[in-house]
Amino acid sequence: MIFSNILIYFVVIPILVLGCLFATKNIKQVRTVVVIGASALMVLALYLVYSFLQQRGAGNASEMLFRYDAVWFKPLNIHFALGVDGISVVLILLSAFIVFGGVFASWRMDPLPKEFFLWFFLLSTGVFGFFISIDMFTMVMFYEVALIPMYLLIGVWGSGNKRYAAMKLTLMLMGGSAFLMLGVIGIYFHSSADPNNLTMNILTIAQNNAIPHSWQYFLFPMTFVGFGVLGAMFPFHTWSPDGHAAAPTAVSMLHAGVLMKLGGYGCFRIAIFLMPFAAQQLNWIFLILTGISVVYGALSACVQTDLKYINAYSSVSHCGMVLFALLMLTNTAVTGAVLQMLSHGLMTALFFALIGMIYGRTHTRDIRKMGGMMNIMPYLSVCFVIAGLASLGLPGLSGFVAEMNIFVGSFMHPDLFHRILTIVGTTSIVITAVYILRMVGKLLLGQVQDKHHLTLTDANWYERLSTLTLIVGIVTIGFFPSFFVEIIKNSLSFVKALVM
Amino acid sequence: MNLNYTIAVLILPFLTFVFLGLVGVKMKKKAAGIVGVCSMGVTAFIAFAAAFTYFFGTDQGQVIDGVRQQLQVFDYTWMQFTKNLVIKIGVLLDPISAMMLIVITTVSFMVHLYSLGYMDGEKGFQRYYAFLSLFTLAMLGLVVASNIFQMYIFWELVGISSYLLIGFYYTTPAAVAAAKKAFIVTRFADLGFLIGILILSYYTQTFDFITLTSNPGAVISSAGGATFLGCSAMAWAMTLIFIGGAGKSAMFPLHIWLPDAMEGPTPVSALIHAATMVVAGVYLVARLFPIYCLEQGTMTIITVIGAFTAFYAAAVACTQSDIKRVLAFSTISQIAFMMTSLGVASQMLDNGVGYMASMFHLFTHAMFKSLLFLCAGAIIHSVHSNEMTAMGGLRKYMPICNWAFLFGCLAISGIPPFSGFFSKDEILVAAYAKSPLWGIWLAVVAGMTAFYMFRLYYKIFWWNNPDYGDHKPHEAPWTMTLPLIILGLLALCAGMIPFGKYVNLARTVEYESGINWMVAGSSVLIALIGIGLATKLYLKENPKPDRMAEKTPGLWTAAYRRFYMDEFYQYITHHVIFAHVSTPIAWFDRHIIDGTMNMLARVTHSTSYSIRRFQSGNIQSYVWIYLIGALALATIVMLCVI
Amino acid sequence: MKFDLTILMYIIPSVIMFCCGVYGFITRKNMIAILISLELMLNAVDINFVVFNRYLFPGQMEGMMFSLFAIAIAAGETALAIAIVINVYRVVKNVDIRELTKMKF
Repeated sequence: MIFSNILIYFVVIPILVLGCLFATKNIKQVRTVVVIGASALMVLALYLVYSFLQQRGAGNASEMLFRYDAVWFKPLNIHFALGVDGISVVLILLSAFIVFGGVFASWRMDPLPKEFFLWFFLLSTGVFGFFISIDMFTMVMFYEVALIPMYLLIGVWGSGNKRYAAMKLTLMLMGGSAFLMLGVIGIYFHSSADPNNLTMNILTIAQNNAIPHSWQYFLFPMTFVGFGVLGAMFPFHTWSPDGHAAAPTAVSMLHAGVLMKLGGYGCFRIAIFLMPFAAQQLNWIFLILTGISVVYGALSACVQTDLKYINAYSSVSHCGMVLFALLMLTNTAVTGAVLQMLSHGLMTALFFALIGMIYGRTHTRDIRKMGGMMNIMPYLSVCFVIAGLASLGLPGLSGFVAEMNIFVGSFMHPDLFHRILTIVGTTSIVITAVYILRMVGKLLLGQVQDKHHLTLTDANWYERLSTLTLIVGIVTIGFFPSFFVEIIKNSLSFVKALVM
Repeated sequence: MNLNYTIAVLILPFLTFVFLGLVGVKMKKKAAGIVGVCSMGVTAFIAFAAAFTYFFGTDQGQVIDGVRQQLQVFDYTWMQFTKNLVIKIGVLLDPISAMMLIVITTVSFMVHLYSLGYMDGEKGFQRYYAFLSLFTLAMLGLVVASNIFQMYIFWELVGISSYLLIGFYYTTPAAVAAAKKAFIVTRFADLGFLIGILILSYYTQTFDFITLTSNPGAVISSAGGATFLGCSAMAWAMTLIFIGGAGKSAMFPLHIWLPDAMEGPTPVSALIHAATMVVAGVYLVARLFPIYCLEQGTMTIITVIGAFTAFYAAAVACTQSDIKRVLAFSTISQIAFMMTSLGVASQMLDNGVGYMASMFHLFTHAMFKSLLFLCAGAIIHSVHSNEMTAMGGLRKYMPICNWAFLFGCLAISGIPPFSGFFSKDEILVAAYAKSPLWGIWLAVVAGMTAFYMFRLYYKIFWWNNPDYGDHKPHEAPWTMTLPLIILGLLALCAGMIPFGKYVNLARTVEYESGINWMVAGSSVLIALIGIGLATKLYLKENPKPDRMAEKTPGLWTAAYRRFYMDEFYQYITHHVIFAHVSTPIAWFDRHIIDGTMNMLARVTHSTSYSIRRFQSGNIQSYVWIYLIGALALATIVMLCVI
Repeated sequence: MKFDLTILMYIIPSVIMFCCGVYGFITRKNMIAILISLELMLNAVDINFVVFNRYLFPGQMEGMMFSLFAIAIAAGETALAIAIVINVYRVVKNVDIRELTKMKF
């Protein structure tokens, strides 16, 4: 029975929320529904982590847990297949955190709150669905479900040049999915040596390992670029600054926090996992590209003046780091990549939430026009500093553990070329410090620039709740990285087989 | 005391930081201050107990065969990279870490107490104490680190607490800029440290200090013959790690942040930028000293940079007019002494005297330099200015401060029996042993030290007698003077400790050291010449100094402007990196990459636009096209049939 | 004089009528004129139906039936079209199709 599987509820709950939202009549009911939905997801995600650890503790070392499999479309052998490994579990937890934070960050959504939350939860459905599927077809389906609401969320509720941004973002990501589709279909037709037994199931494909090497050279770049667009890989990253700048707060949070992780996760789950040969042969090309992302994004962020642009370029840099580490294909580096996904998800969501809250008060995002916020809104400013410190890799916060895993792991690569690239990547810690401190210095410290800002108020209870949730996540990762490393440990067995 | 409890010195400040950080705002200012001071007092007590147990106890394996052991008294695995590369949070007790425990907790406790008076009435008093606790935690964690990665972690924490404390007066743009500069410059150096750690751990497969330093030969040979750009991999690693240390310890050319860091509250300058954090680089080199010993190239770099910095900073200090800046450059110069001393040390030369001298000077310097800074704080507190021109004749108004400052000046100048004499003498001995060049060089710098310190002293306490008007300078409250008295006594006596018996390179219990009267006599002579010169020029108000400055305009201005190092960096960061790297990248992103994407969109758009005519919606034209098409088709068919 | 009606004599006018209809349909800008042109084409086709039936299958009636159907449908269609035209005219005071682009795009 499908409903005895815990995973399906990650899709069922958002859909139920959608249904209930249709029935709501006023803002109060809308809020009640979304808060219940988001809390349920959060509880479910925590419970999933708990039971996952319990199963692992009981000695269940199989690749995927909580498996479920049902035939969906017989002629093409498409299944509705569910299953999670450690990496998906932590990413589901991350998504639940950010959905929870996002709901409170958009407490006073205006106009059309009901419709906003409808799309918001549709997007969440796609995100959770993507992480729990192990069938390429459902994966791609949920991927598209997550992308489309973005267009409306930015186009309707965005700010600034929103039409352009929404169009650009959607078109670029759709362009990515075109590559992806090609790759997925290609993989499907080579999924098995027996042409009558083709499958979309990732685990089976990995087991069969039947994709010819010549095809891998073609399919790996297709899938990697397809997902890489969403992971903001240079030179396909330009949707990110415009899209994030125009998007409303909660959407920026969800998009930078979770949706960009879909890219990293997809690169890992489909491109690298299924085509290890090409991943090893071709990784130098993509390492150079992602290495450029890391440094280039950080350098660009140094001269931006719009808060959201700074953070968007910083996301380019940090997400570049995720892909960079994945491609290094060492155990520690991949662990670091997963930690970086978590860390970046939380801190960038926190950043966007705070920027949204500040923007909601000052009505400007230009750092040249603001200053001395520490005096006016101390709570928000302290949160901002914490987010900044997490971003520049302060020990005790999440960024540090992720970056150190990545650097140490990448540097263990036996090849000199990879080590030199790692050193290039490490320079980002200095550049990150430059733009973070520049932003903190201009925005929070110094004298108040505009007299009108003096009357502004500090955070409300829902804003505090939203930011606190994320800070708790950041600090937990920073202090207890071993806990997360423990969860994802068993899922990296394939990496060992890849290196050397 | 059971040494396993030493971990409490990390836990207590951490709890204090969390407590004051979370609920401090709701507390009364005084209460928060008292919580901070008490917690620090207990921490200091535990640290002293641990250090004394380590040095004088015998029951926990401290000494075996006449050699002090490195004791790993706490060990917790925090994160595991691979099987061998593990970050542990541990406590490693050995002579230098035990000595550092004493130094840090003493100065920190003094500063905590002093701040009760100095920071009285400041906005954000609670925050100040929270940050002080954070700093103490970080610094103690750094010195007791049992592996290089733990050191790096606390190294970063030290950096951030320094950032937070320099920027304590966050509404002042200068403080914000100084904090940012300090963090970024040291971060840049930390990059070297990090890469150094990566290279070191790649070859040795360990972070652990004991494993690394107990068999340095194996560390060097682990890299095999690996070279990069002509230098061996280990030379790169050790030099890069030294760069990390040079950044924190403000060695030329990474020293530019330290003078600016004086924008922070003065007790903070005393604690962080004089006594503790800035010696972290020296401590790092000392920690890995056995490996450095085998990398002679790196040692030469350390010596040259140290010696040059010592001279450079002393030269600049002779011309500065802001008392905290003088002290800051004097700090740079003194730390460079320690660094040089490490650079010239080796086990072969005089039983490793350079190593011991460096640590000794670190110890005494911490006492007298924090004393000088706290005095400067008391003076600033009563005069409300940092500039020497606003001071003069203060000996009448602030007698305690006068005596304490004089003690500090005598100590730093190396006049017996003050503490600085003993440690500086050892450094000179080590330098002469290596080569007379370094010996004479350092002796000259020592003379300059005496000169600028007494210039400072006379300018503040003698010189002239300005009219202070209604607002007469006054002695500080007891919370401020008590630390001055204690530190003054320490500056007087700390040199009498037979330091070599406790800290030396081989960690032996027996250590032969004595004062080399040849060297000592000449160095005292030079110091006296410096003091005499300062007395002649600055005791009473006179136009001689100004005239001298006028006669050598180029030199004087250059020294006053710190030989234009700041302008140089400003140029590099703003005109090269920002203007010629970042801005073009941003432009490239907006116009080339984005332009390509926009062009794709535009091409699609214009193509659609041009073929749109076929879908005009105008039925008449559809019919027309249909008709022509049908006729054409019919003609073709007919032609084919016929 | 015996005047023999050949098939051509029916077809030529109907072709002319049809061509006129096509020409009018393509070139006229007035909706009423377009409607008339349409009617012309339909009637040309009707004539053809009847004529071909008469000459090719004299004993059968299918062609006639078709013509009747076509006439009936044409009547209905014209009525509908006229109704639309009148309503359009009421709204925009114009029956020139070049002006009626409001619902385009």
